Amino acid sequence: MELLLKGAHVIDPQVALDDITDIRVVDGKIAEVGKNLEPVSSSAKVRDLTGKILTPGLVDLHVHLRDPGLEQKESIATGTAAAAHGGFTAVCCMPNTKPITDNALAVEYIQSVAQQVGKCRVHVSGACTQGEKGEALSEMGDMVAHGAVAFTDDGRGVQDSGMMRRVMDYAVQFDKVVMSHCQDEGLVGKGQVNEGVVSTRLGLAPWPAEGEELQIARDIALSRLTGCALQIQHMSTRRGIEMVRAAKAEGLKVTCEATPHHMFLTEDDIQDDYNTNLKVNPPLRTKEDAQALIEAVADGTVDVIVTDHAPHIKFEKDREFEIAPFGMIGLETSFALVYTHLVKPGIISWQRLVELMAINPRAVLRVEEVAIRPGSTADLSVFDTSIEWTVTEESFVSKAKNSGFLGHTLTGKPTDVFVGGRATMEEGVVCE
Amino acid sequence: MGFNHKHLIDLREYTADEISLILDTAERFRAVNERRIKKVPTLKGYTVVNMFNEPSTRTRSSFEIAEKRLSCDSLNFSGSGSSVEKGESLHDTVHTLCSYKIDAIVVRDRHAGVPQKIADISGVTVIDAGDGKHLHPTQALLDLYTIRQKYGHIDGLQVGIVGDISHSRVCGSLIPALKIMGAEVTVIAPQTLLPARPEVLGVDHVSSKFDEVLPQLDVVYMLRIQQERLEGAPFPTLREYNMLYGLSKDREHLMKPEAIICHPGPINRGIELDDYMADHPTRSKILDQVYAGVLVRMAALYLLLGGAEDGITA
Repeated sequence: MELLLKGAHVIDPQVALDDITDIRVVDGKIAEVGKNLEPVSSSAKVRDLTGKILTPGLVDLHVHLRDPGLEQKESIATGTAAAAHGGFTAVCCMPNTKPITDNALAVEYIQSVAQQVGKCRVHVSGACTQGEKGEALSEMGDMVAHGAVAFTDDGRGVQDSGMMRRVMDYAVQFDKVVMSHCQDEGLVGKGQVNEGVVSTRLGLAPWPAEGEELQIARDIALSRLTGCALQIQHMSTRRGIEMVRAAKAEGLKVTCEATPHHMFLTEDDIQDDYNTNLKVNPPLRTKEDAQALIEAVADGTVDVIVTDHAPHIKFEKDREFEIAPFGMIGLETSFALVYTHLVKPGIISWQRLVELMAINPRAVLRVEEVAIRPGSTADLSVFDTSIEWTVTEESFVSKAKNSGFLGHTLTGKPTDVFVGGRATMEEGVVCE
Repeated sequence: MGFNHKHLIDLREYTADEISLILDTAERFRAVNERRIKKVPTLKGYTVVNMFNEPSTRTRSSFEIAEKRLSCDSLNFSGSGSSVEKGESLHDTVHTLCSYKIDAIVVRDRHAGVPQKIADISGVTVIDAGDGKHLHPTQALLDLYTIRQKYGHIDGLQVGIVGDISHSRVCGSLIPALKIMGAEVTVIAPQTLLPARPEVLGVDHVSSKFDEVLPQLDVVYMLRIQQERLEGAPFPTLREYNMLYGLSKDREHLMKPEAIICHPGPINRGIELDDYMADHPTRSKILDQVYAGVLVRMAALYLLLGGAEDGITA
């Protein structure tokens, strides 16, 4: 099977490529990269991508596919279709499913369903404690043997410091990353929105920045103590960023991620209409925090942009703010938000976008790297930056519509996605 | 002057003139309430739903009396024990109520933001009768009425609010309203009972020294310690709270001779106030507040629903 991609502007800092060039894919692997390539076999499929940008496939390492158990919100089929629609060739799904993904059987289930119906690769993260209860180690070894790539109790913080140390000590033997959702329940309690102006204005229980920062500080210390690789999830505060910056300067194995909503929305966006699509965990913070995240994305402190894609049904969100669930979807707006707010105004380069959304996520997950060079797996994403579009509920392939960016006008859209050389999206339409 | 509001939710959307109009209208309704037949036909044919999704006796009674005296038909709909408890969504409940062709919803809910959501969903007039720890505008209006009744004005007065500011929807409305009317507001509480950013509400001064502030106050507003709303024990014992923040006879010497005491009720005797202060013949305005509640609620319903003039002006 030969696929010839012609005329795209190819950007891949791993091979110092930033030029219009053709790519020949044979049997799912890149066979040749060069100018003016012609098809070799008579059955070759040729795609003209003139005017488009092509990069190594994007990876979102923080996604809730809600499958098993919560398929009314999203399923492996719809979640991966949304990923393809958003320009992703792979996602890493979080273990707070129902039941919790904390054993090999659950890991196998997700992988086998994804194999059958998935529109992108699905890397599975397993819970680091049984049932995400924070009380006892999960069978990480068995899960690794069945393909799990990382461990996290995402959705809640591991409360007991001794338990978290045990998790990290134990995970070292598998050379897997522990991804930490930092939330001190004693401080956060029933917190709904950032502590400060918005909690006072709306009379909602406060979720202080310190509730996140305390566990960031703790987990950095535990990474130092145990030598375990640590990924801090969905960073939202300026002081959190400063702690990660210091940890990196010290040479610790600490990486971190940021979401578009924590960068491009703030607590000030939560107005008197109590829009529950803006209820996320950790909460939207201040302008200063958002600005610190953007600076950290630009200077390399933030390694990965993730979405924390958290689908909920309309009726679940359409209720009293205090009882609506946390989270917003993100897969289908992530690229356009990053392009519109960071690349287009020149805050980061295209190369940096590729690092944040394609290269670094694979490195954090320790999965096979993808580069635009012969021999590499042909996981590729293609974008059209001339498209301006407005986010509406109809924009989404996801089952859920709970985006905090509805009504925003964005620039740039993924148009084509190839996973192992097979098209999962063509000209903006997810392939059947 | 005109009155262009459809809802009474956030008093920050009202001007001082509009608030004064409500208070003046309440004053006109006082005359009605002093008659033998305390009823006017002004809202005859209107239907108001009292949607109380949280237990409330006083506020609901006050609204009910106000509605009866305006001759409107009212329906009491309580969330508990009904559709809400059966798992019906707020959306569906409101649409159901609206299908009865009603004119207004008076809503009390334990969740902040519900009145605005109902206003957005329903299209009928909404009066916030208290939402979560957020707002309670008719309470603020009756407080303003009571204070104005005593001093003849509100601007320039020193108002001290004592107690649980952070869990108080009264403060969410009263403090901004006092600021709109030109008063100076001090909140007096330990930091465990303060919101993160009191200045967002409009607070001028924050103090935890009751005895230092008390001599400057024209109005001492004692908040109820809502034991059902206190999370994480913000003070060690009620005894110690009373010692530090209770207003009892032994603090009276610190008060201005004319200073008045307000309280949104119900009082926890022996905690916020002792019997002497709660029942003080000149200082305590607590029962005046209750009466004012009927008057301002009549005024608000009348102005929002655009009731007829007949029968009000004696």
